[in-house]
Amino acid sequence: MPRAEFWQGNKAVAMGGIDAGCRFFGGYPITPSTEIAEVMAEELPKLGGKFIQMEDEIGGISAAIGASITGKKAMTGTSGPGFSLKQELLGFCYMAELPLVCVDVQRGGPSTGLPTKVSQSDIMQARWGTHGDHATIAYAPSSVRECYDLSVKAFNMAERFRQPVLLMPDEVVGHMRERIVVPDAASLKLVNRKRPSVPPDKFVPYLADDDDIPPMAAFGDGYRWHVTGLTSNDFGFPTNDSLEIEKKITRILRKVDRFRGEIVEFAAESYEDAEILVVSFGCVSRSALRAVRELRSRGVKVGHFRPITIWPFPDAELERIISGSPIKHVIVPELNMGQLFLEIDRAVHGKCETHSRTLLNGELFKPARIMSYIEEVA
Amino acid sequence: MPRDDVMKWVRSQFMPHIWCPGCGHGIIMHAILRALSALGKDPAKTVISSGIGCSSRMPGYIDACTLHTAHGRSLAFATGVKLANPELTVLDVMGDGDCSAIGGNHFIHACRRNIGVCAIVMNNNIYGMTGGQASPTTPVGAFATTAPYGAVDPPFDICNLAIGAGATFVARATIAQPPMCESLIKKGIRHDGFSVIEIMTHCHTQFGRKNKRGRPLDNFNFFKDNSVMKAKSGGMTPEELAGKYVVGELYSSADSEEYTKKYEKIIEKAGR
Ligand SMILES: Cc1ncc(C[n+]2csc(CCOP(=O)(O)OP(=O)(O)O)c2C)c(N)n1
Ligand code: SF4
Ligand SMILES: [Mg+2]
Repeated sequence: MPRAEFWQGNKAVAMGGIDAGCRFFGGYPITPSTEIAEVMAEELPKLGGKFIQMEDEIGGISAAIGASITGKKAMTGTSGPGFSLKQELLGFCYMAELPLVCVDVQRGGPSTGLPTKVSQSDIMQARWGTHGDHATIAYAPSSVRECYDLSVKAFNMAERFRQPVLLMPDEVVGHMRERIVVPDAASLKLVNRKRPSVPPDKFVPYLADDDDIPPMAAFGDGYRWHVTGLTSNDFGFPTNDSLEIEKKITRILRKVDRFRGEIVEFAAESYEDAEILVVSFGCVSRSALRAVRELRSRGVKVGHFRPITIWPFPDAELERIISGSPIKHVIVPELNMGQLFLEIDRAVHGKCETHSRTLLNGELFKPARIMSYIEEVA
Repeated sequence: MPRDDVMKWVRSQFMPHIWCPGCGHGIIMHAILRALSALGKDPAKTVISSGIGCSSRMPGYIDACTLHTAHGRSLAFATGVKLANPELTVLDVMGDGDCSAIGGNHFIHACRRNIGVCAIVMNNNIYGMTGGQASPTTPVGAFATTAPYGAVDPPFDICNLAIGAGATFVARATIAQPPMCESLIKKGIRHDGFSVIEIMTHCHTQFGRKNKRGRPLDNFNFFKDNSVMKAKSGGMTPEELAGKYVVGELYSSADSEEYTKKYEKIIEKAGR
């Protein structure tokens, strides 16, 4: 039965994960993400799941990856400085093709920065923080309900594509409390990693199916295989053969790219006749929508576009909206120095003017401020 | 050639191995496989985790559930594996750099938790894989590519570190005593808690080349001549023990409960 709750975003992240089947959490406390670990510590053992507070963030993600290899759905959670620490191990997950959900509740940086204040400045770290080419899937929720839904989705995508998926609420969304109608867990559509259909002696651990995704065995279920962060061949064994290297790297990018259409998500409103489009995500989109709706009611032709997946960025989708409407200006308010603006500016291909509006003082955009940005170009 | 029961644990399709001929790491791998075979372990229920280094390439050649992680992180992975599925036998093989430098924090915390993992530290006093830089176990005055005038930093005693941090089974052997290696590894695997077996080994090509132990045999003789059994060491003065490796079972305790068993009680308490 669906039930109404009054939850914080972070709690919704944890509960969504649990309802998606998460049974292992490894982490290290850091504001503003700690509540996720606290909820997991309380809830997981009730379900026979395991929670472990490790000695640092690297330990947290490593333990979670270890659990994933035994077949468990696993999560780690952190914020800015801890997200920096986890980068090498995210790379390990991309390379060894292991499902994992990593939550980064974004706070002000660089360094220790603003532990208790909001920012959206991990956008590019999420995309390029770990070295080497990889396909990033990252979600930015803007409400408590969306924290829950995208946590479920993050697990589904991680399981489907065998790679880490990032869930990136900003501090305001993580700490905000609002009413949420929690769906009946039994009604959720859940995805579980593909299992090998061949017996152990025929198992080639990284031999992909037609969808470019290899079935995954679990340590302990009868299959013996090798997991490594070294570039490896279909047998999971390290290789220096240029053909095998190319095969592996192009496949781990392609397995996500080719299903981009099934991953990318956005929400857009009142754009058909708009001359101005505001593009924002996370907590900023809440102020922006208020501003857009208010000005619409006064006759200003303004619309809103909100990327839900910040990676892959909905660039073609945004361009299509701009091409199909009279939009002349795109305004991008974000809580960083213009990280997502780079993507947006690239996506519109000069079809309209783009305006970056940044705020980096730990405060959030008030609707009035966004209204004044719109009025400036109207 | 190793015995048939040992060869069953080898992924011969992945040979030749990357180790230099005569590297001490092979002696340790052989001892581990003899121990696993003697204990009748099922390779499909045996996980061997490792970090990065020459030593850490070992699991690739073992036909079990093998996990070659990131430099220093193997014990954190092993902790996740064991906690997620306590039925698995979990071993962790590490180099001295893996264990006591970049992975030092994970090492002491694994000791503290007393999780049921058998950690085998392959201590060659050097960073072999990267070409012979000083490690936290390089003796003061020994030469390394990053210690061209002799190492300055005092070394760790890995076994004392493990005992101090709460490991409940701690032992040392050298590659000059292969049967002892095997029997201590067997005990370590059987031990219900976190066990550490430090095996003194050699990197004749990197450490040896710069420290007058350039041939594998020089190292075998060095370890043979400088090993002292634990039982005998009690009667020796600190001066007599200087530069010696005390070998055998150094510490064992059954007083504290293994971590995953403690967590099962948490699950009961949480009202599963
Ligand atoms: C994060 C990171 N830092 C550094 C390295 C480079 N590196 C690879 S192996 C190694 C040292 C290995 O020494 P040890 O653990 O003693 O193993 P050995 O090769 O001697 O067996 C280093 C520094 C790395 N792979 N990853
Ligand atoms: S470099 Fe040293 S540690 Fe590495 S394989 Fe050669 S002898 Fe062994
Ligand atoms: Mg070494």
